[in-house]
Amino acid sequence: MIELTNVSRRFGEVTAVDRISLTVETGETCVLVGSSGCGKSTTLRMINRLLPHSAGDIRVDGQDIREVDLQQLRLNMGYAIQGTGLFPHWTVARNIALVPQLQGWERARVEARVTELLDMLGLSPAEYADKYPAQLSGGQAQRVGVARALAADPNILLMDEPFGALDAITRENLQNEMLRIQRRLRKTTVFVTHDIDEALRLADRIAVMDQGRILQHDTPDAILRQPASAFVESLVGSQDRGLKLAALQSVAEVMQRHPQPRQAVPEKVSVGAQDSLRQALSVMLWQQLSELPVVDDQGLELGVLTRERLWRETA
Amino acid sequence: MMRHWLTPALWLLVLVAGCLGLPALEPWLQPLVDGRQAVIYPRDSFVTLLLNHLQLVAISAAAATLVALGGGIAVTRPWGRDFLPMASQLASIGQTVPPVAVLALAVPVMGFGDGPTFVALALYGLLPILRNTLAGLQGIDPAVREAATGMGMSSSQVLLRVELPLAGRVILAGIRTSVTINIATAAIGSTIGAQTLGDPVIAGLVNGNTAYVLQGAVLIGLLAVTVDSLFEALEQQWLKRTPGLSG
Ligand SMILES: Nc1ncnc2c1ncn2[C@@H]1O[C@H](COP(=O)(O)OP(=O)(O)OP(=O)(O)O)[C@@H](O)[C@H]1O
Ligand SMILES: [Mg+2]
Repeated sequence: MIELTNVSRRFGEVTAVDRISLTVETGETCVLVGSSGCGKSTTLRMINRLLPHSAGDIRVDGQDIREVDLQQLRLNMGYAIQGTGLFPHWTVARNIALVPQLQGWERARVEARVTELLDMLGLSPAEYADKYPAQLSGGQAQRVGVARALAADPNILLMDEPFGALDAITRENLQNEMLRIQRRLRKTTVFVTHDIDEALRLADRIAVMDQGRILQHDTPDAILRQPASAFVESLVGSQDRGLKLAALQSVAEVMQRHPQPRQAVPEKVSVGAQDSLRQALSVMLWQQLSELPVVDDQGLELGVLTRERLWRETA
Repeated sequence: MMRHWLTPALWLLVLVAGCLGLPALEPWLQPLVDGRQAVIYPRDSFVTLLLNHLQLVAISAAAATLVALGGGIAVTRPWGRDFLPMASQLASIGQTVPPVAVLALAVPVMGFGDGPTFVALALYGLLPILRNTLAGLQGIDPAVREAATGMGMSSSQVLLRVELPLAGRVILAGIRTSVTINIATAAIGSTIGAQTLGDPVIAGLVNGNTAYVLQGAVLIGLLAVTVDSLFEALEQQWLKRTPGLSG
């Protein structure tokens, strides 16, 4: 658990972070979102003490971070940043192995861990372990950056726009990866982005920041339904809030389930159970249908999604 | 045997052969001087001059490297940042003041001989190394440093495992420049009484003996080429050890 209480950070005259209070529960993903220069990175850097805070209290698992040994504090926090910060003179494997090595793991254990992580992030170990960062694409480098942050199985993950500067498709793939990993590992995560869609997708709770302050700290659903101020409302975009809300829920959560899965009718228009309501809505619009069968990966029809139901859920 | 060491080894061979074999060329050099003058520089053997020249350059380069590297590292640490602008200005002086001027200034302060030459060489040689140390360290992607620190490396680990390996090639290039300049400057040191391969050149110029000048110049040239190709080989070796930086 990470608790910030009335935390401020000043750079000379500039107050980059202004008396913010924020609690990130164990296992929760908190996304800091806001426009450029609002103090997101500064907030993150105060948590691992890359920047000392000027005022207030920061506690990790109940302990004041100023009282914890600096190296120890950081070794327990995975850190991934935009631009990755991979070491160009080290191979991918050695980059990922950094924190385990600093913690003095045995060689065999480190190697096994590197292989496991490369697999987890969809990079074949045989192909990528011995490459150098310069030989990777942007998306691959970001994956390695995330793998490096996860390497020593830290309790806490700090991620500062780890998927920034990527094309939309690669970005979405990495977000899916992140969701999948997060469902499995449940790390206490603070994730920084200025992309509200990324925030809505990844967050258990979102903290909207502006000019060093937190304007609203709430679930994606609540941020969309009850924006606390005009700024938050404009950030989520008042026009397509409905679609964003629909994007938060999967079809499986809303459909009417058949008592028994049945064989799906081939060729018939359908949606996947894991698709979002937004995708289902789009299919209904496009195909002019008021009802869609819901199928799973094996081609079994699990239920149906009706337009009435969808309407009610996104109201 | 790594191939990049072959070139410096060959040049070294030529240099040593030159030092030992020049006297044998007396009959060919005879036409360059009028009958009453000696043909081969007689005062010291070329080997003695070469060794003394090398020693001057090596010791001053070692001192310059130590001080410049230490200083460059110090002013890029958080506690030394206040001195960074001063160090940068100092480093850029090296590009405006010619090395001869440093020698000329050394005389009134310290007199004649090996000592003042050594000090002048060390001081002047410091500048290119300092400049490249600063450039190398400041040229590192800030994200790399942030990641290294943020993931729990101590400041000495960041320096030794990340910053110096990444800046090493640029620093090495600075040392190379420094040594190359100082091989030439040390030769001019003969004018203020240092014993170097510049001796025959100066003596030749003073007495109008072209053969002396030629012998000194050839050996200085060979020495410069040998040392430069040695650095070239070192750089190749460096690249081989850190392949990530070459591609
Ligand atoms: N080291 C520093 N020295 C002085 N001012 C700083 C420093 N770091 C940040 N600031 C200032 O603090 C404010 C917040 O910066 P911060 O990096 O936290 O913004 P951000 O929300 O991460 O923005 P972005 O989305 O562009 O990364 C900015 O006004 C910035 O200029
Ligand atoms: Mg930032």
